[in-house]
Amino acid sequence: MTPYSSFLFFIILGILLLPTMILGIMGKRLRYYNAFVSIVVLAIIFSGGKEGFFSLVAFTILQVVLVKGYISYRQVKNSSLVFYIISFLSILPLILSKVLPILAVDNWASFLGISYLTFRAVQIIIETRDGLIKEQLSIFQLVNFMLFYPTISSGPIDRFRRFQKDEEKRWAPEEYKELLYKGINKIFVGFLYKFIIGYSINTYFIMNLDYIADGEFTNNLLYMYSYSLYLFFDFAGYTAFAVGVSYIMGIRSPENFNKPFISRNIKDFWNRWHMSLSFWFRDYVFMRFVFLMKKKKWIQNKMLVSNLGYILLFLLMGVWHGLAIQYILYGAYHALMMVGFNFFETWNKKHKRWPTGRTMTIVSIVITFHVVCFGFYLFSGRPFQ
Amino acid sequence: MDFKEKVLQVIAEVCEDDVVKEEHDLDIFEAGLIDSFATVELLVQFEEQLDINVPITEFDRDTWNTPNAIVERLNELK
Repeated sequence: MTPYSSFLFFIILGILLLPTMILGIMGKRLRYYNAFVSIVVLAIIFSGGKEGFFSLVAFTILQVVLVKGYISYRQVKNSSLVFYIISFLSILPLILSKVLPILAVDNWASFLGISYLTFRAVQIIIETRDGLIKEQLSIFQLVNFMLFYPTISSGPIDRFRRFQKDEEKRWAPEEYKELLYKGINKIFVGFLYKFIIGYSINTYFIMNLDYIADGEFTNNLLYMYSYSLYLFFDFAGYTAFAVGVSYIMGIRSPENFNKPFISRNIKDFWNRWHMSLSFWFRDYVFMRFVFLMKKKKWIQNKMLVSNLGYILLFLLMGVWHGLAIQYILYGAYHALMMVGFNFFETWNKKHKRWPTGRTMTIVSIVITFHVVCFGFYLFSGRPFQ
Repeated sequence: MDFKEKVLQVIAEVCEDDVVKEEHDLDIFEAGLIDSFATVELLVQFEEQLDINVPITEFDRDTWNTPNAIVERLNELK
């Protein structure tokens, strides 16, 4: 059963979470009951046969072995080569799940949520390398974090140390009531976004575009705007469910969206859209790449380093969505926009040609909105049909 | 120069703005003085000039957001 896709799922979840809420309001520890709920919900999600239950199990065992092995190793030694090999092995299932369909063989490596789960595992390895995780982690801690069911299918991607703080916390009744209130509120926002607004845009507008639009160009233009809005409401709705349910379980999962359509430029946009993903790439790919280049003094030119970093980040983000032409071009398009903006921003810092003020802010927002919508148009795959 | 002044000097160099030497509680991310690229530069400079190694994953924008906060964190890591 796909999470948050049917009312049955919400009803089951509501019943299962009732004791969590009671325990929380009484100020009791949520950990043990939550672990029970997790097992039940994971069983419901993965019992359909299509979701890749056995791949999930194999994947989890592999990641636990890699992480635990690497922590033990890191306590005595710290070779870069070992770090890279372990990281590669950790990403290998994800790579296989993207490559196997192209080779037209059975995609045995894939399961629901693999793209998101991989990030959670790799992140622990990176933080171990950096010396931020020193103590050995228990299998319970690892599995509980990696398979946290509210965010299993499409994120948000939480960070281990942040997650752990919430997980170990015993919330006072007043604090928990606040969380519960926020969580329920988010779930209702989710219903509004995903099942009312997103659903309506798709059903009454996108699916009727042939009757609404007169001509090929108008059709594609309207599709571009409506698909962009649909994508936002659908995904932000899902995220609201995921974060809302997390809150009820006492875990404050990070947000994914912060009014992305009022971004003033493309850089601003990536601080507002699918934030847990873009921040992951920022922290674990872009910044590490820049740091390596600077420390080893391989490339001195600032502009070149940052641009190569953006290109690397966005091409990776593109193929992470899937090895299809629309995703690769989506990544390349955003890489190009970021590089272009990087040049513009540096130039404007010197010459101050771009006027400031209210009107220009609105102009910037309108321009960014169109740039972003065209990106989603590529992402939708429609131009390549 | 004491430690705090040294740190402020490094931040000011990276931000290319001396305002951080005056306003110690200014949120440098919100003020747009620093982005992820400059953050890395800051970490490289801490290592080269102050000999303090701050891992990228340690640099959390919520707790390293003002000159005062940065000085405090660096003091802990010294």
